[in-house]
Amino acid sequence: MQRFFQRYRYSIILLKELVRTDFKLRYQGSVLGYLWSLLRPLFLFVILYFVFARFLKIGNAVPHYPVYLLLGIVFWNYFLEVTNGSVGAIVGKGDLLRKINFPKYVIIFAGSFSALINLVLNFVVIAVFMVLSGVDISWNALLVLPLILELFVVSIGVAFFLSAFFVKFRDVTYIWDVLTQAGFYATPILYALSFVPHQFAKLLILNPLAQIIQDSRYVLITRKTDTIYQVYGGDKWIWAIPIALTVLITVFASLYFRSQSKSFAEEV
Amino acid sequence: MADEVAIKIEHVGKDFVLPHEKVTSIKSLFTGLFRWRRVSKEKQHALKAINFEIKKGEFFGIVGRNGSGKSTLLKMLAGIYQPTTGKITTRGKLVPFIELGVGFNPELTGRENVYLNGAMLGFSREEIDKMYESIVKFAEIERFMDQKLKNYSSGMQVRLAFSMAIRAHADVLLIDEVLAVGDANFQRKCYEYFYNLKKSGTTVIFVSHDMTAVQNFCDRAALINESELVDIGSPDVIASQYNKLMVATNPTLSVAGSPRSSKTGPSGEERWGDGQAQILSVKTNKRTYSQEEKEVVISIVMRANGNIEKPIIGFSIKNEKFQQLFGTNTVRMKKMLAPLKSGETVKVEWTVPNIFNEGIKYVDSTVAHDDASMVADRWPDAATFSVFADISTPYLVNPEIDFKVKD
Repeated sequence: MQRFFQRYRYSIILLKELVRTDFKLRYQGSVLGYLWSLLRPLFLFVILYFVFARFLKIGNAVPHYPVYLLLGIVFWNYFLEVTNGSVGAIVGKGDLLRKINFPKYVIIFAGSFSALINLVLNFVVIAVFMVLSGVDISWNALLVLPLILELFVVSIGVAFFLSAFFVKFRDVTYIWDVLTQAGFYATPILYALSFVPHQFAKLLILNPLAQIIQDSRYVLITRKTDTIYQVYGGDKWIWAIPIALTVLITVFASLYFRSQSKSFAEEV
Repeated sequence: MADEVAIKIEHVGKDFVLPHEKVTSIKSLFTGLFRWRRVSKEKQHALKAINFEIKKGEFFGIVGRNGSGKSTLLKMLAGIYQPTTGKITTRGKLVPFIELGVGFNPELTGRENVYLNGAMLGFSREEIDKMYESIVKFAEIERFMDQKLKNYSSGMQVRLAFSMAIRAHADVLLIDEVLAVGDANFQRKCYEYFYNLKKSGTTVIFVSHDMTAVQNFCDRAALINESELVDIGSPDVIASQYNKLMVATNPTLSVAGSPRSSKTGPSGEERWGDGQAQILSVKTNKRTYSQEEKEVVISIVMRANGNIEKPIIGFSIKNEKFQQLFGTNTVRMKKMLAPLKSGETVKVEWTVPNIFNEGIKYVDSTVAHDDASMVADRWPDAATFSVFADISTPYLVNPEIDFKVKD
């Protein structure tokens, strides 16, 4: 551990300072400031509640449907924040890259940790509504922690790839914009997986984000959630697919990032 | 110890690939697809297989014109660019100053920027906490630390950045000339810092256009021109080669018949004269003087280009603000020099007391004929030296003064 800190001392110092800066600048100039980190999910919940629980009544089959929705959206928004933020992250720091040599991955980690802080604040709101809605909270809820870790890993993997690829190819912004639009509907966020024909559901749930969101809903809110385990009829090994995808994406993206990072300073 | 190598540069070369048509969007990708193979890529050699070593504790200068490749070399030494060929080996911690205040964010307060820039230099928050007071004090901006950086004057920003930079602990420092910008007072602070670095034995690599600074501080220097290493040697030799290079490519700078004509000196005054005689060299017996050294010896060599009945030689000394301190000439000293025939040379040595305040001094030299107003060659900033004094005064000169307290 001591040696780890010695070796990554500079990266850690830099990372802390970049996250701090990002957090300070985020709500600068707004009257309510940091409070918005709590207010945004709160208002989102209010909207979801009225639309889905009162007017559309879609979610009657699922208990605590507004919280269920909120959880999915909060996770998806985390993924969006990390990946969208990463696209221009390296290029945006071009000025810095040309003047000092520092580990480039710190930039991507800083973006991820900033978003993670936001995710934690969102969870405060989710926890409050879980209690208010009368969700049974068991020790199983702690299983959300490894799921958040998986989310962190898959998001940073995609972020590594996007940020490095954007240096070479500036159309990435628009392509990623389209892909995430499609991804939003390809992931069971607004709809329940049971609405989808079974063979499609089997495919959709292999997406790590779909698996993470469904599993989190299962452990936090209600057992009436179709997780990957249920969709595949109780096959325990099926979890290996989204997890392997997560690891593969992240390993390859990191290697790509590392090989490209040497020439960032010349190309941005 | 003295021969330990701090940086080893072996066959280091750098090419930049400049595609004539860079494919950065889908549209150009598709339109360019059909002539994909014909998209010519131009290779630009920024540096060609350079070899040299910098020893531990050396103050090493790198000089060269704009576009010569010296900045590319500096960036490779800093690890910002990777060399295309060859290898750079660095021993110890290296901190580059390609710009002051790296990472400064105008939206943050002065205090927050100190921590941010400190992190860039590798300091943890705890370390910055300890030196915070002295950083702020040195920058002389105590009152403004809680204001946003964007409300600072540029002078205040530079002072804060410089105050941060001098805290950096490094075995090797890379300093681009940006450090030596600003007003005379700030330049003085910079030079003091350089002098301290030199004393402390830090290895310094200094990239500059300012030959005065290179000659004053560097132990050795390298001249880079058109992507190649031209020479490595004593700063005097390198500076004169650099000046020749400048003249060769920019003839308007040369002075009629002058063998070592230089561009306009630091004071901005041009060399002029009717060409009847010319100054061949102006030298001081040392480059730097401490206060213990009581004398500065200036030698001036001139050559007559025609027959001169009454040659007159003079000099004057200026400080770094280009204020004239004192000077004299052979006529004022009631000395008649022998008449000179065309082509003859004469050398005059002046011994002047070291009554200088700390800083850089410039020597102007003038030769005239028949009458002091008939200037044959006036060479401003012909020589330079620096003085380090323990006791300084805010006055023009700083003679040794005795004082006794009597009851």
